[in-house]
Amino acid sequence: MSAVLEIEGLRKTYRSRKRGVRHALDGFDMQVEAGQVHGFLGPNGSGKTTTLRTLLGLIQPNGGRMAILGQELPRALPAVAGSVGAIVESPQFFPHFSARDTLGLLARAGELPARRVDEVLELVGLRDRAGERVKTYSLGMKQRLAVASALLKNPKLLILDEPANGLDPGGIREMRRLMRELAESGMTVVLSSHILGEIQLICDSVTIISLGRRVAYGPVDEVLAAHSQNAVRVRLEAVTDLPQAAETLTRSGIRVAATEADHLMLAGVDKPAVVSRLLAEQGLYVSELTPVAVDLESVFLELTATAPVPGQHRQVDQSAKVDQTGTAGGWGA
Amino acid sequence: MSLFVTELRRLAKRRLTRLLLVLLLVGLATVATAFSFSSHKLSPAAVAAAQAESDAQYRQSVQDWKRTVADCEAAQARGEQTEERFGPNCGKDYQPQPDMFDPKWNLPYQFDFRAEFPTFIAVFAGAVALFAFIVGASFVGAEWNTGGMMNLLLWRPRRLAVLGTKLAALLTTVLGVGVVLGALWTAAFWLIGTSRGTTAKMTAGAWRSIGLDGLRALALVLVVGAVAFALASLGRHTAMALGAAVALFAISEVGIRIAVGVLSVPFGDRYVLSTYAQSWFLKQAELFDYDTCEFARGACEPARYVVTWQQSALVFGIGAVAALVAAFWTMRRRDIS
Repeated sequence: MSAVLEIEGLRKTYRSRKRGVRHALDGFDMQVEAGQVHGFLGPNGSGKTTTLRTLLGLIQPNGGRMAILGQELPRALPAVAGSVGAIVESPQFFPHFSARDTLGLLARAGELPARRVDEVLELVGLRDRAGERVKTYSLGMKQRLAVASALLKNPKLLILDEPANGLDPGGIREMRRLMRELAESGMTVVLSSHILGEIQLICDSVTIISLGRRVAYGPVDEVLAAHSQNAVRVRLEAVTDLPQAAETLTRSGIRVAATEADHLMLAGVDKPAVVSRLLAEQGLYVSELTPVAVDLESVFLELTATAPVPGQHRQVDQSAKVDQTGTAGGWGA
Repeated sequence: MSLFVTELRRLAKRRLTRLLLVLLLVGLATVATAFSFSSHKLSPAAVAAAQAESDAQYRQSVQDWKRTVADCEAAQARGEQTEERFGPNCGKDYQPQPDMFDPKWNLPYQFDFRAEFPTFIAVFAGAVALFAFIVGASFVGAEWNTGGMMNLLLWRPRRLAVLGTKLAALLTTVLGVGVVLGALWTAAFWLIGTSRGTTAKMTAGAWRSIGLDGLRALALVLVVGAVAFALASLGRHTAMALGAAVALFAISEVGIRIAVGVLSVPFGDRYVLSTYAQSWFLKQAELFDYDTCEFARGACEPARYVVTWQQSALVFGIGAVAALVAAFWTMRRRDIS
């Protein structure tokens, strides 16, 4: 597969007399293959939107390399702009124009046929409300309009920043289906979102950014596998046997991550059957032995160090930064 | 070209543009209609009546003068001082003359198209300039403020071309509105002149002069629109242009006037913008320095300073170019968030 989007060593630094120097992007790398739905994740203030804005020519980088569809940016941006549909952050439209006016003006500016407006309105479910002023729209409807404006060009690369924001559950499901259909039709979709469950369901691959650097990337299942701790939950027939079981397992080299009131959490267990055998040998009988599956949310919280800690109030820039190599494979893995 | 047409449509679709255009039309129509009622076409009978009234006033004035002189001479005969009360030589040197009683003063007002229409061109230019200022500032200010500019740049990433096209669409619209309404305005006052005033002495030269006045008015309107557009683009908000205009007015018309007054700067009004606007419309503005006169020594011709329309062109041109260069430079360099 060829890369539709390539970013290498992207840097953006903000300098302020009051706040000093802040590296919004600190040598960020990203690669998205053709036809994929790619999740772009990161905590607030991690550099997601700065990356997208830089890619789209709205922000000038201080260094690094960017390419879309094999063409170097920002030099070739005018040439590739017709192939890139994007919404960045919250949808913003002139409030007194209708959806049809808004899209019509964009279509005219992009020299697209007027029928394309009706096609995308139908696609995002705004056909019957297209004549109403945008200021009367709910956030979800504005979001649909934003997606429609991004789809208007029938782009090869679709970049959506929080497209599910404000959508009702049905809308989220429709959006998920739409993303999949678009990818199946050959469109490459980059999806920035905080709804990690959705990302895990929709996306083929992900990039996780923290403090302006990539902390993980690759196919979703590989990222999950790379951060899976082979955790296993163990319950015994007698709760009172848990301390003895913990001691037995520790002595055998198995790490007991946590001893709870009614179960043990084990980590680094390649073969759960070993646990059952070791305990049985000591006359301790297992009532439950469950491998604990890791999800994208837990990986995200671990990698970005943004999991809530009781009694602490995490600030926006308090998250993890790793070295340039990331956690999965090399460039393009 | 498609972007230019799109921006023309966008501007025309804006509610503020339509509302202001209606207000401008209603305002200009109201001025023209109200003014038409104040003008009265002069009939020969009205002219004769004014002449008779003027003659009567002259005769009455001569009688009064004679009586005053007689009173003065009687007082002198009684040995009284009269100079303070009646003036030197009993005021005999101040006999009323017929030309002091112009019959025109007794006539109702009649609009003279040739003499007075240039003033109404200035009125028209002021109204259309206000329209251009608000529409120009809002066209780009609201686009920045609502994120429309960012959306557009996602489609057309050439920033300078986008801003330039928007400016061209604005100026084209303002020019179109100015030309069409200007033609209607001229027609309305021509109609007032023919029906309730006079359009005499409208030679080819007079029309040419009016045409040049109109061109200068349109040029000023376009400059105002462009400056408002540039200021709103610089500040990414309509209010930036409005605030800058208020600040400029306060500094130029109040601050500078006070400062030059306190410092006794000769011809202080040459530093005030409205002098240049006046000069632009009237071809020149004359400033006088009465401090050079010592009136105790009799009549005085005060020192004179002339601001020409060419100087006005330079001032407004430099201001507009500076604002536009700053707006385009900032557009090229700034991060858009």
